[in-house]
Amino acid sequence: MLELTSVTKVFYPGTVNEKLAIDGVNLHVNKGDVVCIVGSNGSGKSTLFNLISGTYPVTAGKMVFDGADITSKPEYRRAMTIGRIFQDPTKGTAANMSIEDNMITAETKGMKGLRISLNNEKRQQYRRLLSLIGLEDRLKDNVGLLSGGQRQALTLLMMVMSRPKMVLLDEHTAALDPRNAQTVMDLTERFIAEYQLTAMMVTHNMQFAIDFGNRLIMMDEGSIIFDVSGEEKSKLTVEALVRLFKDLRNKTYANDAGLLTKA
Amino acid sequence: MIEGIFVDGLVFSIMVIGILISYRILNFADLTCDGSVATGAAIATMAIVNGFPITAALLFAFLGGVGAGMVTAAIHNKLKIPGLLAGILTMTMLYSINLRILGNKANVPLLRVSTLYTKLPLFFGFMAPEWASLVGTLLVVLFVKIIVDVFFRTDLGVSMGAMGGNEQMVISQGINPEVLKLMGIGLSNGLIALSGGLLAQYQGFADANLGQGMVVQGLAAIMVGEFLFSSNRISLLTLRAILGAIIYKALMFFGRKYGYLVNITPNDFKLLTGILVIASLFIAQTRSAASSAGAKRKAIARSEGRRTAKEEVPHA
Repeated sequence: MLELTSVTKVFYPGTVNEKLAIDGVNLHVNKGDVVCIVGSNGSGKSTLFNLISGTYPVTAGKMVFDGADITSKPEYRRAMTIGRIFQDPTKGTAANMSIEDNMITAETKGMKGLRISLNNEKRQQYRRLLSLIGLEDRLKDNVGLLSGGQRQALTLLMMVMSRPKMVLLDEHTAALDPRNAQTVMDLTERFIAEYQLTAMMVTHNMQFAIDFGNRLIMMDEGSIIFDVSGEEKSKLTVEALVRLFKDLRNKTYANDAGLLTKA
Repeated sequence: MIEGIFVDGLVFSIMVIGILISYRILNFADLTCDGSVATGAAIATMAIVNGFPITAALLFAFLGGVGAGMVTAAIHNKLKIPGLLAGILTMTMLYSINLRILGNKANVPLLRVSTLYTKLPLFFGFMAPEWASLVGTLLVVLFVKIIVDVFFRTDLGVSMGAMGGNEQMVISQGINPEVLKLMGIGLSNGLIALSGGLLAQYQGFADANLGQGMVVQGLAAIMVGEFLFSSNRISLLTLRAILGAIIYKALMFFGRKYGYLVNITPNDFKLLTGILVIASLFIAQTRSAASSAGAKRKAIARSEGRRTAKEEVPHA
């Protein structure tokens, strides 16, 4: 479904601030995979998502999604088939508009026409969908009046409405309180199962990454240092993962030192 | 006299609706207005002087404004510079273009030709000429208002509103925000130019300097309107813009008429309009602070009420 070949991203190339954020990443995501991505701050998880969704152009490498080369496609074109949810709950919805207007914008992807699609039949349908997140009576309320958790749940609902082929979840519960985070996570799990979504999810919670999905990827300093799936993944524990991370990190450091002395 | 204020306000209100679209709905600080209103006046005047029918003249004015707005949006989109700077660039360039349209004259009168305001009294022959002008202008304004109201309820219009609130959201829905800006700023300036075309006919001449300070006047009208009532519905937003425009023009009228009593001359109007905008912003800020303080008080009262209610349960 998604194929990354030696994808590299360098920020501020040629300046003193030059930073290698993604270092020749190769990744193959199969249809139906649910991939959890862990890694410390600055390891390149979010940058990888920004590259896949097209927020930044890649410095080098190739990306193929669903059989088509998307390396130089603009972000809005990729968004037709790749859904994305941000950590910031305000990014997925327009606060100045009502819930129903937000939903009508999300219902079909792409440029809109001069039709007025919002009618009572649609409202009925939206009310049914919104009952999943307890907002069925607030169709006309401005989204700005909702709590962060409610907004994130609505964003999730709006994302699945348009049936994306793949979803990118960028720590989408990190800004919420534990109870709301649980609600949004349950909903995520439910939608992934119900619509058989292919998903990639960034998380800081290692236990969660072990329990959720069928594949786990660990990133450090812009590279994928560990990629495990299926049965091997289900046997993982947090301790094992932390130990592995330490071992691998030492090894990569050693490698770097080796390269430096050689040069 | 009173009809004059209303006609003046209604002509102005079409421009205010245009500014409402760019500033409030698209959240795009567009200064093209100062140029495009004069462009509209120039195009309509030259079309009428050259024998085109009035509707065609107004249509040309509208299209000229759409073009000007699209230039601003294109500069902003392609060169990635702020909308404010893009607008200033277009506005400055339009000044020269407007002089060209007017045949290298700063001022072209509409004398001895029939304009909307010479035809309206003939059309509505049964009423006084001033009232005929008022009714005719009101019909034009209502027509524009209804079209704008319907447009912003269509899927395309709703997505424009969404872009004004959150550009990332629109991108995530697979919509190119550059195209939305091109259309939205085009529509906004089209209406502004249409207003300019009516204004030229109402005052009987087109002037290359007509647009000076128009943006600030339009903003003042929007802000005055926002004090009337608060709403999120497009039909009420446009109504508020129209009422704000009329109130603003009335204020200016009384300033001209009685201002001499406190030694105010028309030369002071730009200063006063600016102060009006600042005062409106200040009052709006104080009001929103007060309302959020009120909401906080209410929330505290509610939670305390709940606590006392809980405490009372055992007694009951």
